[in-house]
Amino acid sequence: MSTSTADAVVPYDEVIAEFDPVLGLEVHVELGTNTKMFCGCPTEFGAEPNTQVCPVCLGLPGSMPAVNATAVESAIRIGLALNCKIATWCRFARKNYFYPDMPKNFQTSQYDEPICYDGYLDVDVETDEGMKTFRVGIERAHMEEDTGKTSHQGGATGRIHGADYSLVDYNRAGIPLIEIVTKTIEGTGKYAPEVARAYVTALREILRGLGVSDVKMEQGSLRCDANVSLRPSPDAKLGTRTETKNVNSLRSIERAVRYEMTRQAAVLRAGGTIIQETRHWHEDTGITTSGREKSDAEDYRYFPEPDLVPIAPDPAWVEKLRSELPENPAVYQARLQAAWGISDFDMMAVVRSGALDLVAETVALGADQAAARKWWVGELTRIANDRAVELTELPITPADVARVEALVGEGALNDKLARQVIEGVLAGEGSPDEVVAARGLAVVSDDGPLLEAIDAALAESPDVAEKIRSGKVAAAGAIVGAVMKATRGQADAGRVRELLLERLGVSE
Amino acid sequence: MTSELISLTAAETASKVASGEVSAVEVANAHLDRIGAVDERVHAFLYVDREGALAAADAVDKARAAGEQLSPLAGVPLALKDVMTQKGIPTTCGSKILEGWRPPYDATVTARLKAAGVVILGKTNMDEFAMGSSTEHSAYGPTHNPWDLDRIPGGSGGGSAAAVAAFEAPLAIGTDTGGSIRQPAAVTGTVGVKPTYGAVSRYGLVALASSLDQAGPCSRTVLDAALLQSVIAGHDPMDSTSVTDPVPDVVGAALRADVKGLKIGIVRELGGEGYQAGVRQRFDEAVTILEGLGAEIVEVSCPHFPYALAAYYLILPSECSSNLAKFDGVRFGIRVGEGDGDPSIEQVMGRTRAAGFGDETIRRIMLGTYALSAGYYDAYYGQAQKVRTLIQRDFAAAFAQADVLISPTAPTTAFKLGEKLDDPLAMYLNDVATIPANLAGIPGMSLPVGLAPEDGLPVGLQIMAPALADDRLYNVGAALEAALLQTWGHPILQEAPSL
Ligand SMILES: [Zn+2]
Repeated sequence: MSTSTADAVVPYDEVIAEFDPVLGLEVHVELGTNTKMFCGCPTEFGAEPNTQVCPVCLGLPGSMPAVNATAVESAIRIGLALNCKIATWCRFARKNYFYPDMPKNFQTSQYDEPICYDGYLDVDVETDEGMKTFRVGIERAHMEEDTGKTSHQGGATGRIHGADYSLVDYNRAGIPLIEIVTKTIEGTGKYAPEVARAYVTALREILRGLGVSDVKMEQGSLRCDANVSLRPSPDAKLGTRTETKNVNSLRSIERAVRYEMTRQAAVLRAGGTIIQETRHWHEDTGITTSGREKSDAEDYRYFPEPDLVPIAPDPAWVEKLRSELPENPAVYQARLQAAWGISDFDMMAVVRSGALDLVAETVALGADQAAARKWWVGELTRIANDRAVELTELPITPADVARVEALVGEGALNDKLARQVIEGVLAGEGSPDEVVAARGLAVVSDDGPLLEAIDAALAESPDVAEKIRSGKVAAAGAIVGAVMKATRGQADAGRVRELLLERLGVSE
Repeated sequence: MTSELISLTAAETASKVASGEVSAVEVANAHLDRIGAVDERVHAFLYVDREGALAAADAVDKARAAGEQLSPLAGVPLALKDVMTQKGIPTTCGSKILEGWRPPYDATVTARLKAAGVVILGKTNMDEFAMGSSTEHSAYGPTHNPWDLDRIPGGSGGGSAAAVAAFEAPLAIGTDTGGSIRQPAAVTGTVGVKPTYGAVSRYGLVALASSLDQAGPCSRTVLDAALLQSVIAGHDPMDSTSVTDPVPDVVGAALRADVKGLKIGIVRELGGEGYQAGVRQRFDEAVTILEGLGAEIVEVSCPHFPYALAAYYLILPSECSSNLAKFDGVRFGIRVGEGDGDPSIEQVMGRTRAAGFGDETIRRIMLGTYALSAGYYDAYYGQAQKVRTLIQRDFAAAFAQADVLISPTAPTTAFKLGEKLDDPLAMYLNDVATIPANLAGIPGMSLPVGLAPEDGLPVGLQIMAPALADDRLYNVGAALEAALLQTWGHPILQEAPSL
């Protein structure tokens, strides 16, 4: 049983001074096919447990798999987008191990004959010397089926050991997965955490662009395992690695890699050895804890799946798929950056926050690019982080943001009111216009109520009024503030100041 | 009336039902009565579905009365090997571990039988998960050979073969992984066919060794087997390993029955030493008959056949160890040891498997688990696959010289119950002549060619043809069958002692 006792860590700059990090990233992507990998069951998320099952995905005696052709097509398109070679002939294999979330006690996967292999993905990272491109090699991308989902009831740990009983939902069993495995990523130096994040970010954009998955990390449709090891220098042999699981957001990938580097450095510095094991990332405490030991001796007894025929994609079909690939996200980004006329640094901020499509859509709906970026990359990213959800999961659309900006442009809202409208939309109070109406949020443009509020404020602070009259115009701020407060921010502060000075017969 | 109805062939029964001479319900009742009379001694059935059978028969009679076109086997009773799922009907595979399990779906074979109006009488006994050559490895007790109740009916499909031999059903479904249709046919004096691998869907056939398993017909005549194969064969999208080629005209071939000018190859490696004298004698006589019918007899050599048994006993256990992993007490079948202490899931799985599987099953799971282990895979499973390729090449070379190949089906006639139970290797040797066809995926048929003089028990002859040329089996088999029938003057099963 693991506890959340923090291990010793070494400050990051000392880790970098003493060690060279090496990464390996394994990303599992749930494909967005309508049916499962080997049967006709629907794949929709969130159904009642064990309602989307059949003899095949329950592994009932006698049942047999049949390959989902759409999943094969998606796998090939992913491989092509990642510059991979596509196998002309490959097979599925059985990965044998006993676990109650595996209906057959083996997983139908691919082993030594993946459908896609030997590709790469270039990712950009902001370094001390400016933007730098790192090439991440892709070892393979292969097809497999997801397992069921277990939840362990009772006991303290939420893990199978110590639980009173376990429930298994096989709705997820058999959902098509693509596992994308990088080659070892070397030469990143201190930017290892940033490269890891940039890779998953870029990969996610590609997958989104291909339309093969909804790539929602928090729902588990994109899952990342990070292999991290340290060695004394780039020419030393590879150190023992750990595999960190449960990394459910882009931000936590960066954090988990950084943490694991600092933890391993402390172990090595103290003369210890790294244990090859699975570690679990804890988003709340920002640390990893030991899971099960994972030695190379773990034996899955792989052998070719005899219930399925080999897959031999027609080369002409593969070329057709290649010719129909959507625009590469890197090209797409460069195009948008030029159109918006912003710096590399500002563009990185958009990409890193996962807001590229949202900003682009908001701009397409008429908003100014700077305003669109301000909302999505600033305010809304902060709120998403606070709520620990993806930006796309916030209950607000590019259309909402564009409408708020349009109201600001018309002078119907000021910046402060606009924030309140966004807040209302996020709180589920309706569209921006509905929030404005319901909360009575509109810039007060009639001078009458403003003059009343000014007179009231002056009456409350006669000493301040006197100061202003005597020429200390700087003191006007206090009265303007009081008026804004009295009108709940709905006044135009500039107009209030004008009226105030006029009232007191003072000029700037 | 009853004895007449049960002695009819499937073809005769179907034609009498179609003409209205007898009703399907009468036919079903006659067989259910026969089962009631003899099965306590034969023990061919693990489950008899009296209600379901009569309902299916009634549906055929109603369809006929309504003037509907009946399919060629409508109203014919059939015994289904208990390895094939049938919705709502207990399916045990001869194992304790599946006790009480009623599958929620029909195997494709079952569905096709139902659609053809075939009347399924019940489920037949078998060696546990189809592992064995005697049906003694059934968790529910052995089946007895109708020719001599102290002898084995062959295996794993001893129940299906015995049911046909004992006139409890004119047809049965068997499955053949290394001879489980053909060897029981040989020792019970019946006909059994393992079609080309992939000719019949495996969907709903509880897998033993996926790359070897094949379902096929058991019957008393070659024509009946052909009629049954044409009902169950054909591509199935649920089994992607099932072949997409058109089903060969096996019924036409069985009716043609003409071997004139055909080249028939005798496989040198399948015969001679290790084969019982009476088996060799009846085989040689059959060769003479075929020659007399105008066939050209040639001798062919398949030099890698001596390695077939060893390769088979690596491939089969390997696939079996994985296929049988799902039997863990979590989702179906029995669950053992849950209340004993506070066991972990691994302990419950382990206890369920230890209690639910028999010795032979455990032996093969352990062999296979070992053979697939890292560091051993290449030496065992990998090497066995290479032998498999060599055997396929042997067959290819042999079929370049001959249209079909023949051999004795089994080295001996039926042995005594218990005789080889403690000697797995001796038991495995029973399948030495049938295993090569499974390794190569080609079709094979066994048909009776007489009784061994020394023990008066049936001898089977095996015919093998190239993949997808199942029709050749039926052509040659039917010609030989007709000639033998003429020699004997009556079907061989008439010589069996009455039960
Ligand atoms: Zn399903």
